[in-house]
Amino acid sequence: MAERKPTGGAWRLPVVVALAIFLLVGPSFLSPYWIGLLTQMVILAILAMSLDLLLGYTGLPSLGHAGFFGVAAYGVGILSTTYHASFWVSVAGGLLTGIILAALLGLIVSHVRDVYFLMITLALGMVLWGVSYRWIPMTGGDNGISGIPRLESHAGLPVTGPLPFYYLSLLVLAVCSILMKRLVTSPFGLTLRGIRENERRMKSLGFNTWVHCYLSYVVSGAFASAAGVMWAYYNGFVSPTYLDLTASSELFLMVTLGGPATLVGPVLGAGAIVLLKNVMSAYTARWLLVLGIVYIVTIMWAPQGLWNLGRRGRL
Amino acid sequence: MTYLLVQTLNGLFSAALLFLIASGLTLAFGVMRIVNIAHGSFVMLGVYVAYTVTTRTHSLLLGTAVALIVVAAVGFVMQRVFLRRFASQPLAQMMMTMGFALFFRDAALMIWGGDPFTLTTPALLNGSMSVGGIVFPWYRLYVIVVAALVGVGLWLLNDRTLIGARVRATVDDPEMAAATGINVSRLSGGVFAAGAALAAFGGVMGGPILGGYAGMDFDLLPLAFVVVIIGGMGSLKGALVGAIVVGMIDNYGKALVPELSYFTLFAPMIVVLAVKPTGLYGRA
Repeated sequence: MAERKPTGGAWRLPVVVALAIFLLVGPSFLSPYWIGLLTQMVILAILAMSLDLLLGYTGLPSLGHAGFFGVAAYGVGILSTTYHASFWVSVAGGLLTGIILAALLGLIVSHVRDVYFLMITLALGMVLWGVSYRWIPMTGGDNGISGIPRLESHAGLPVTGPLPFYYLSLLVLAVCSILMKRLVTSPFGLTLRGIRENERRMKSLGFNTWVHCYLSYVVSGAFASAAGVMWAYYNGFVSPTYLDLTASSELFLMVTLGGPATLVGPVLGAGAIVLLKNVMSAYTARWLLVLGIVYIVTIMWAPQGLWNLGRRGRL
Repeated sequence: MTYLLVQTLNGLFSAALLFLIASGLTLAFGVMRIVNIAHGSFVMLGVYVAYTVTTRTHSLLLGTAVALIVVAAVGFVMQRVFLRRFASQPLAQMMMTMGFALFFRDAALMIWGGDPFTLTTPALLNGSMSVGGIVFPWYRLYVIVVAALVGVGLWLLNDRTLIGARVRATVDDPEMAAATGINVSRLSGGVFAAGAALAAFGGVMGGPILGGYAGMDFDLLPLAFVVVIIGGMGSLKGALVGAIVVGMIDNYGKALVPELSYFTLFAPMIVVLAVKPTGLYGRA
């Protein structure tokens, strides 16, 4: 029980450094197709990390997390096309939509735990999907919203092309990672882990666990919204598939496959899933079949995720 | 007045199907603490298998029997081979069923294609009854009656037999149940298979009206979840009450405010959760 620092992971620091170097200089040598893929990985990495705050650090398994991502993307889409809003209004609108939604839904979900949390977030995620699918005057229904301006032109930047957008995404990832890393190592983050391990004890120590869970949910939703805003600009298009159950389960797998409560793990998980999805699409249209198998294999052989392989002791 | 009565009967029909589907989900949850994401897939597999068999043999009865056996077998194998290793790890079990749900979804699309279909209504139950100005299809009435019979059967099984006593003991406390000599693992396999078969039965009973289509698994799953959340997870009585509440609200919601149908459905869940997080008949 005295063991507190994880051991057996000397290979991790070099991997993180190599990864960072690759993300910084790699794209200069890559074709636009691969830069596009890397951009997807980087944006979804933000999303996966945001879920890690909830799932890994707070122990709240959210199955509707793609909802915030999607709603923020819709915010950008609707503001920038239907209302011809300016860049900053669209970005702020997208973020705020996601955050306000998280603040509202958090009120409903913050007092439930474990499997109840899972089922309720799943149901709420389906409501959001239903809204995006049926509220046709606003969301365009199944057709979604297309024609979102390119970020560079919308923001009035003098650059174009995939590379500047990639570096902008990388910058957002870096900022979000630093913020999230600070969050999880702060007293607040440690309290979240305490709640994950033993909520009753945290309560008896005088912590208001409801408020902690609520804030964790809202903060996590905010980061997911940031990813959603980037994604809307990346694709120039928003559709209900961004927030359906399949999206949420892909996201859930990114975190689990990479390694919950590590932040780095979900980044790798996001990369692995995006890569797998695109590589597989060259050979087969049966992506869900593959995803299902990856799910089962992960749980069977790497239930703690790749980043935790060979690691002993609690985080 | 007639309108209200017909809508109420329609609501009861939805409730009957929801009860068949959700009772299996709640039983599996009660015994194994498992949130089965693949439960909607069992409904889908049931109706697809029944469709294949009935188009070949023109016997709905045979189709139903084969569907129940096949889906129960799928459920049994899932529990025995995959889920059993993760007993008392709800998250790992949930993810396992999630993997299966995605797998089944795509496999069904691959095998049966994406075209929607309906099962044929049994000839005996074609047409509608007409009493004092109320016209209501015989088949829907039949489904309500069958679901009620299944409900009574499940209640008798649960409350009046040794198997039921074992199930109840396991729901209350799996460790103590095991200590008294109940083979909890095998019981779990049986309950999971039975739950899968109930889901398939729900799919087949709804087959002549709702039919089968690609994506029905994830359409039905949240409905079943809402029923179970409202009623309380692990409670058969809860599944019944939850099914009636959801069936009625869904039906009236669709009839009165079609644009908000998804909202009206989840509103009662949110109210119940705010007042009693474990559901009406659930225990913490």
